[in-house]
Amino acid sequence: MSTLTGTGAMIRLALRRDRILLPVWVYGLTALVVGTAESFARLYPTVASRRQFATGIGSNPAVRAIYGHGFDLTSVGGLTAWRIGGSGAVLVALMSLLVVTRHTRAEEETGRLELLGATVVGRHAGLAAAVAVAVGADLAIGVLTGLGLVGLGLSAAGSFALGLSFGAAGMVFAAVAAVTAQLTGSARAANGIAAGALGAAYLLRAVGDAAGPGGPSWLSWLSPVGWIEQSRAFAGERWWVFGPVAALVAVCLGGSAALAGRRDTGAGLFAERPGPAGGAPRLAGPFALAWRLHRGTLAGWSIGFAVLGVLLGSIASGIGDLVDGSPQVERAVARLGGQGGGSGDIVDAYLAESIGVAGLIAAAYAIQAALRLRAEETAQRAEPVLATPVGRIRWACGHLLFAGAGSAVPLLAVGLGAGVAHGLRTGDLGTQVPRLAGAALVQLPAVWVLAGIAVAAFGLVPQATVAGWAALAACVLVGQLGPVLRLDQWALDVSPFTHLPKLPGGTVAAAPVLVLVGLAAALVLAGLVGLRRRDVG
Amino acid sequence: MTTAISVAGLTKTFGPTRALNGLDLHVHSGEVHGFLGPNGAGKSTTIRILLGLLRADAGTVRLLGGDPRRDSAALHRRLAYVPGDVTLWPTLTGGEMIDLLGRLRGGLDPRRRADLLERFDLDPTKKGRTYSKGNRQKVALVAALACDVELLLLDEPTAGLDPVMESVFRDCIRAERRDGRTVLLSSHVLDEVEALCDRVSIIRNGRTEQTGTLADLRHLSRTSVTAELAGPPTGVADLPGVHEVTVRGTRLSCQVDAAGLDGLLAALTRIGVRGLVSRPPTLEELFLRYYQDGRTGAQAVAR
Repeated sequence: MSTLTGTGAMIRLALRRDRILLPVWVYGLTALVVGTAESFARLYPTVASRRQFATGIGSNPAVRAIYGHGFDLTSVGGLTAWRIGGSGAVLVALMSLLVVTRHTRAEEETGRLELLGATVVGRHAGLAAAVAVAVGADLAIGVLTGLGLVGLGLSAAGSFALGLSFGAAGMVFAAVAAVTAQLTGSARAANGIAAGALGAAYLLRAVGDAAGPGGPSWLSWLSPVGWIEQSRAFAGERWWVFGPVAALVAVCLGGSAALAGRRDTGAGLFAERPGPAGGAPRLAGPFALAWRLHRGTLAGWSIGFAVLGVLLGSIASGIGDLVDGSPQVERAVARLGGQGGGSGDIVDAYLAESIGVAGLIAAAYAIQAALRLRAEETAQRAEPVLATPVGRIRWACGHLLFAGAGSAVPLLAVGLGAGVAHGLRTGDLGTQVPRLAGAALVQLPAVWVLAGIAVAAFGLVPQATVAGWAALAACVLVGQLGPVLRLDQWALDVSPFTHLPKLPGGTVAAAPVLVLVGLAAALVLAGLVGLRRRDVG
Repeated sequence: MTTAISVAGLTKTFGPTRALNGLDLHVHSGEVHGFLGPNGAGKSTTIRILLGLLRADAGTVRLLGGDPRRDSAALHRRLAYVPGDVTLWPTLTGGEMIDLLGRLRGGLDPRRRADLLERFDLDPTKKGRTYSKGNRQKVALVAALACDVELLLLDEPTAGLDPVMESVFRDCIRAERRDGRTVLLSSHVLDEVEALCDRVSIIRNGRTEQTGTLADLRHLSRTSVTAELAGPPTGVADLPGVHEVTVRGTRLSCQVDAAGLDGLLAALTRIGVRGLVSRPPTLEELFLRYYQDGRTGAQAVAR
């Protein structure tokens, strides 16, 4: 029996389990890219109008940091590749790593793989099947994106180069996840390490792209995301870039197969060390338990956010210099920040935009923290706690504390990081630190609304907790693409982030913030009332 | 005699599935009550309703004199629960789990905890994800038994335990009974039930089929009789209450209902008895009869 025996059956099983999830990802990502291109073609039909939109953007380090190099911003294809190439690649990579972990380490952790492993299934079949499914989805996104863009009348070479760059990003991180799934015993940690690698690749590219002449632009070349960007879709495609990408994928897959062959089913590469024989005195209540379960995740997010903040802050002051006195650019950048064409301080607009993105990411933390409740329930770990005098509401509040107050910690970290970095550059530490920390914390009400949606779903329709993630996806689409695509105001208003004061620089109105806080409280309350009434387990 | 658990007419549906269908269960204070039934009969659902985790659709439930949903916090202070499928937090050690659950329940006895760890031979320093099934079960058992409570709800607590641990478990339950605690023990291990339980309730398809002591249940079942006779056993097969008759020459084996025993013996004596072996039904036969579906099941016994 070969180590790959049964891969076909495992692939069919994975496709059966993901028959809704994968098509949603593939369709959503393809539609995102093709829709962006279609909107650019509609909104900026002439070369002159595109040139006007793009002036300055190509030389703006902040914009380069967030979106990547704009190699040719005078064509619809080039604009699309610039605007969506980077974030699209990150999303495809995220999908791929989640899919691979879901079908490898998560299956192993729950013990389901053992059930299959005892049948006529080779040792590497599960891994091979998970990678095959992820790569298949990546290829589908690549091909469909290429076809969609060709359908809009864009050049075939550019269309398929952009499609292939998405597919390549997905495959790289499918392969990375194949490695991280071997390292630890927990799927959550495997996802965390792989996502950390993705974040690091993105940040390396961002710093490298933001660097001016003589700066550390070589950093981009340390990042697979940077390589993929250098395929330059619609701007003189460089196909050879996919060579090293393929080599990296091959190396990761080979390494992961080798690691998989060396370890036992269920175990990680690192042996589990013994822990304390008894609980510390403070491990004595639902909140203490929640702290134990959330602290690692919270620390990881906070460190990541602090790094992100330092990066965002350190390139802020460079922006004003390059674009001084060009109202067009100010308008263009301000529009990216969702300020609807206001002028004001361009640096502030950039910082507000960056912190807004951090707010969206922090919402992901809050949602996963809230949905720990559901994870605990379905893993039947809620039952032993609820069989003690701890009531459902106290049990839930332990976890919700981390979704609510806990999500302030990463936000504070990004604000402080940005404030310190920006303050040191401008020699104005005393002003910038509280200013940017405040700007970051003002994101909280919108973060809470999204977490509230997850809690309401958990309490009222526990099978539909994915609603929290769907709401976040909607906010990302609206917030990131709405202003550029000139969506109607009502569509923008759907996202709670639209209603936040644009800080730093904007005016603070208490009313919308209070409304959001009230809405979040009502959603959480509805969820808790539902939880009290429904069956648990 | 006071009642620890009193359930009447309990009904629960999950979507189209009817899990409980008018179930009755009465557990006296201070007894070990066996809770038996085939897989999917509704045992775990009943226990979850007793814990207030699930809401009953119809029927009355009283637990330690209270309402499991309304008074859950107060009642949970007085009981301990071992789930059928023990899952532990992967990053907590077994010792941390035991202490945490004990403290959530209002404190545990450190001496008893140490004693139980030793008797169950459990290493409390291992992380939750590294325990085997049997050891996970032990963690839950130690956490439950180390607490001073009135009622233990145990859902197949010995699944995965080796025979040595099984016997430790039996000793522990006997000690619990001596201390006056009430135990509801859901189990498929028949000699465990026979060794520990004062009374049993057998449920099937969400309904209680039988309740009583094992002696009561035996009485409702068939005795197996093998006899060496003076002549051929003609006409025995037609006697009321006699089943599964096999005849080899003058040797007869059959099963007989308690009510038919008298008639059978009279008939055999008329033929002339050279040797006679009569065996009460084994528990296994008893339970197979209740567990099996349809006409060969409980109706046959009740006849």
